Amino acid sequence: MSEGAGTIGKEAKLEKNNVIQAVNRALTDAMEADDRVLILGEDVADPEEGGIAGITKGLSTRFGERRVRSTPISEQAIVGAAIGASLIGWKPVAEIMLMNFTTVAMDMIVNHAAKLRYMSGGQTNVPIVIRTMTGSGFSSGGQHSDYFEAWFAHTAGMKVVAPSNPADAYGMMREAIDDPDPVLFIENLPSYWVQGPAAEKGHRVPIGKANVSMAGTDVTIVSYSRVLNEVLAAQAMMAEAGVSAEIVDLRTIAPWDQQAVLKSVRKTGRCLVVHEAVKPFGVGAEIAAVVQKELFGLLKAPVERLGAPLASVPFSRPLEEAFAPRAQEIARTAILMVKGG
Amino acid sequence: MMQPDAKTQLEIYRRMSLLVTNDERSRQVIKAGRLVMPYYSYRGQEVIPATLMTLLNDDDYLCTIYRGIHDMLAKGMPLKKLWAEIAGRVDGTCKGKGGPMHLTYPSRGIMVTTGIVGSTMPIANGLAWGAQLEGKGQVSIATFGDGASNIGAFHESLNMAAVWKLPVVFVCQNNLYGEHTRYERSTSAARIADRGIAYDMPGVRVDGNDPFAMYAAAKEAVDRARRGGGPTLLECMTYRFHGHVFGDADAYMDKAEKQAAIQADPFPRYRADLIARNIATEAELDAIDAKFAAEIDEAVEFALKSPFPEQNELITDVYGELA
Repeated sequence: MSEGAGTIGKEAKLEKNNVIQAVNRALTDAMEADDRVLILGEDVADPEEGGIAGITKGLSTRFGERRVRSTPISEQAIVGAAIGASLIGWKPVAEIMLMNFTTVAMDMIVNHAAKLRYMSGGQTNVPIVIRTMTGSGFSSGGQHSDYFEAWFAHTAGMKVVAPSNPADAYGMMREAIDDPDPVLFIENLPSYWVQGPAAEKGHRVPIGKANVSMAGTDVTIVSYSRVLNEVLAAQAMMAEAGVSAEIVDLRTIAPWDQQAVLKSVRKTGRCLVVHEAVKPFGVGAEIAAVVQKELFGLLKAPVERLGAPLASVPFSRPLEEAFAPRAQEIARTAILMVKGG
Repeated sequence: MMQPDAKTQLEIYRRMSLLVTNDERSRQVIKAGRLVMPYYSYRGQEVIPATLMTLLNDDDYLCTIYRGIHDMLAKGMPLKKLWAEIAGRVDGTCKGKGGPMHLTYPSRGIMVTTGIVGSTMPIANGLAWGAQLEGKGQVSIATFGDGASNIGAFHESLNMAAVWKLPVVFVCQNNLYGEHTRYERSTSAARIADRGIAYDMPGVRVDGNDPFAMYAAAKEAVDRARRGGGPTLLECMTYRFHGHVFGDADAYMDKAEKQAAIQADPFPRYRADLIARNIATEAELDAIDAKFAAEIDEAVEFALKSPFPEQNELITDVYGELA
């Protein structure tokens, strides 16, 4: 059992933990609560050390290899097995180790997991979770670091979540497992070890609900996953410049919380969307379109977007560091929106 | 060879009669312009599901493909629901939202029909995994064509099924054509069954047009899965009497070979055999044929009278409600 994942017996109150521990606790608690919860994926069982980051460490020992199965390196077979088991009432959590590897399983995810409810006229559904990790900053180069959330958000039938902190990761995993539809659960690899307040056992974060991480008055910054922390860092720089930012952690990308975003922008009159994925055709484009349509007369500035340039994630350290939006760029953009050029 | 008993022999005939008549009626209805749909005729391949499905229970699982209406009917899909679905009507099994390539009928174990070549196998594994966990001896069937044995999902699925000893039978209906391309021009192995060796799984080639041979091979595979003995790759040799999709001129098919296959149609051959061996009289078999012809006619009329779904169905069933 990994540290901090202990839920056996009387557990000492956990003050802080990281995302690895939070997801491990969520999976443990879910498997304990419901014996139809299953886990499968490459290396997930204990003989394989519970995955490359140890997220599923301890689970196969505790719940048995019938329910926690290491798989061959076969992404189509992994997602297919999850789909099939889910059609008859099991609740599989499939790990696709890295988000780039979802490309290998796209037929299973897009043509099957997402569509079976619709194509069957509601006779079947696919209550699976696909856990996957990604993110630049780990020197992994072009095929191990991409954010592809927009592809999945563009697919009817899929839900997509991307928590930014350990407590949300716990609460959203518990919800994702009980959700009646396929949920893609995006974890950020480089920030796995960042500590944050630990969720109470049983804590839930509803899918589709954003969170106002910080209240402010001049500009709404919408973000999710790791770069939300860049936004939080930018907020301090903006405060020094006398600009007050309201930070909305989207948490769920599909279906996104339009109400929360519009409510905030109605107040501030300005909206900046920040994500790590490449900017063209990204989640920011969708949010910008809706905000401009709904609040056209109220906006004090055009909606802005920050994302990676249309490029692969580079290996070379200085290039990789320049790939995703950083706090300084976020602060500069937001200040410019408020104070003008 | 394990021969089916007389009752089962007749049951196989009943299913063949249903499938043959249904295919003929489907082509007539489309040709007459009464129904517009993509239709992938299974004519010539009836023996495979007609025998296999007599070995299955309602709670055994089936994943089939766009050329799979024979599989579904043999597994118990009701005719009216089938016809209403392929007509896009609200009384269809999927309220008309699935259509001829995506029929689903869970109460008879018909869990997935896919239009993607090779995609039955990964999902059939998952159903088999669930069945294995449940421990009630259910089996899971993935059917597919010869072309699907060249796609990655086939290889991933056979490997995983063997490693996990899943109660699944991979039923390849080798009709010698993958879409328009002939077997030898697309497939390296002389026999798809031999690919089982690569996954440490029994690979059996059987004459899929011979009901007794087919029954024996399917029984062995289904029994193996049921008793926890793991998966089997069954290669059932057959022939597709028509082109890939209805309306295709099938100029790529060898005319003499096709003519010979139609001459050797397993359905009249089996019928004559049953009569010759006194399993049934001609009149009895005629009655079976007539009964299905009438039921199918009734289903066609029912389907064409069924209303189209309401416009709001466009956006329902995308997501479920939280419990």
